Amino acid sequence: MTTGVLRQLWGRPRSRSQRDNRNGLLLTAPTFLVIVLASILPLVMVVIFAFSEIRLVDIPRLGTEPIDWSLHNFQRALGNPAFWRALGTTLLYASLTMIGSVGLGLVLALALRRPFRGRGLVRALLLVPYVLPVIAAVTIWQTILNPQYGVINAFGREVLGWEQSIGFLNTTTTEVWGIPIPLSLLVVVAFEIWTSAPLSFLFITARLQGVPPSIEEAAALDGANGLQITGRIVLPQLKGVILLLCLLRFIWTFQSFSEIYLLTEGAGGTQVMALKVYTELVTRADIGSAAAYGLLMSVVLISLLAVYVILSRRKVDLE
Amino acid sequence: MTRRRSALRPHPLSTAGRVAIIVLALIFALGPVLYGFVLSLRPYTSIVQAPLDLIPTWDELDFSGYTTAMLDPAQGGFGLGRFVINSLLVAACTVVLSIIVSILGAYAAARLRYRGRGFVNGTILGVYLFPGIVLSVPLFVLLAKAGLTGSLIGLFLVYVATTVPVAIYMLRNYFQALPESVEEAAIMDGASLPQMLRSVVLPIALPGVVATAIYVFMIAWNEYFYALLFLVQDRELWTAPLGISQLTDFNVPVTVLLAGSLAVTAPVVVLFFVAQRYLVEGLTAGAEK
Repeated sequence: MTTGVLRQLWGRPRSRSQRDNRNGLLLTAPTFLVIVLASILPLVMVVIFAFSEIRLVDIPRLGTEPIDWSLHNFQRALGNPAFWRALGTTLLYASLTMIGSVGLGLVLALALRRPFRGRGLVRALLLVPYVLPVIAAVTIWQTILNPQYGVINAFGREVLGWEQSIGFLNTTTTEVWGIPIPLSLLVVVAFEIWTSAPLSFLFITARLQGVPPSIEEAAALDGANGLQITGRIVLPQLKGVILLLCLLRFIWTFQSFSEIYLLTEGAGGTQVMALKVYTELVTRADIGSAAAYGLLMSVVLISLLAVYVILSRRKVDLE
Repeated sequence: MTRRRSALRPHPLSTAGRVAIIVLALIFALGPVLYGFVLSLRPYTSIVQAPLDLIPTWDELDFSGYTTAMLDPAQGGFGLGRFVINSLLVAACTVVLSIIVSILGAYAAARLRYRGRGFVNGTILGVYLFPGIVLSVPLFVLLAKAGLTGSLIGLFLVYVATTVPVAIYMLRNYFQALPESVEEAAIMDGASLPQMLRSVVLPIALPGVVATAIYVFMIAWNEYFYALLFLVQDRELWTAPLGISQLTDFNVPVTVLLAGSLAVTAPVVVLFFVAQRYLVEGLTAGAEK
């Protein structure tokens, strides 16, 4: 009986396009179900929550009572200096990480471009920070930076003569030669670059393999030096992948939570938007407010992406 | 007479710079991991007394950090073994369901020209790029309402949802690289689509499928945020990353934390290097055009 139905369903239809149509929808159905349940439905819900008064204790009664619409969550978020600080921190954090991660990946990919003995092994070993589970990477970094027994502070005290240990993970600003720098934020950025640069390296290396050497050889024969060849011939061909990586890295870092939460728990001026969403939800038990923070975060991200798309379109037009 | 340097051979200075970059990069990439490993083999007291003596002496070599981390609290340990089993369970189930769903979806995306294809592919990409942290709020509410936030099943469902888009992206790249003629021949010979998928496509695409499965496993194995959000109240259900992070607050000696972290790291690093070639191919296929 079941096989009969199945055979009818899967049997050979008349034309290829009919067959593709039906098979395509059947094969995509489970994926679509997952996306509707785990993304589209939640997206609708987050908008509703953001515009209503709802707290964690209200969950059991959810759906039985009419929604209590209000703009209160947005008013409170936008009127809160902590929100704007978190937004600024997030933008700085994501931009610095993006520049560092893609820049470092580019330098590494170019340095490893020429074949040598053991290149495969070196490439594989450079990926270790990316493969490391975030919890392991964090534990190791916390140990290195520990004020008491961490290797950096121990070295500073015993060899460089520091008077006291530096709290790398809880110092909002410190002065270096009279210039204030956000120390902990920079540490977190360095951590994020450390774990993500290998992925940029991987992508740029893959793209480099598709760059034909013939143009460079011709340029070299015409007397161009290495820097000129890299700057004028290789880099323009990498532009596409570099822009793509910048975009992805910015999007990913903009919403990253675990790295910062595990390293600093938001201390030392590292309260980013993702941490705010979490605190509103868990510590303050305020679903509506957490949803509003999350929604505002998405609005900022999507507007930045829109600007990026418009700018890159215009550039193409000019060319 | 001095021979002119070949135009194609790099300047010695640039070679020196390149070597310097590679050496520095290796030190920065591996140094911290080696440091963590070395410390995990020393007793805590000697680390505090001599933090700069990096190489442990022969008689202070101490593997008790690993056993202490893994053993149950009843046996004087910190119970990481139990958390590892939880993690394995969730990650393995995630791999199975996520890969089944993704094979079907990815094959449709790679090969079939069905109506609504652009819409489906666009939605998958949009979901992949959308800030996941925003969706965590309603997902938490939905699963709490269903009574699943305090269970590994809730975590498993979320992991399937978050891994399907990336698994589809990778599998699609592998499927697109397969020779289409074999599939057409199988259909001509009267094979139905499921038969063809099982006995023609999957065997050829197996390395790619395994690589994707490993990648999905790594995501589920490493995930921390949802584990924290759902399970922090229930020690019995902690996953390995959540367990280690919670132990930090319990005044556990750093040697035990490092030992636990590295024990959790070993399987993913090994898996990654086993499948490295295929993984790199699948992840970067978009970059090579």
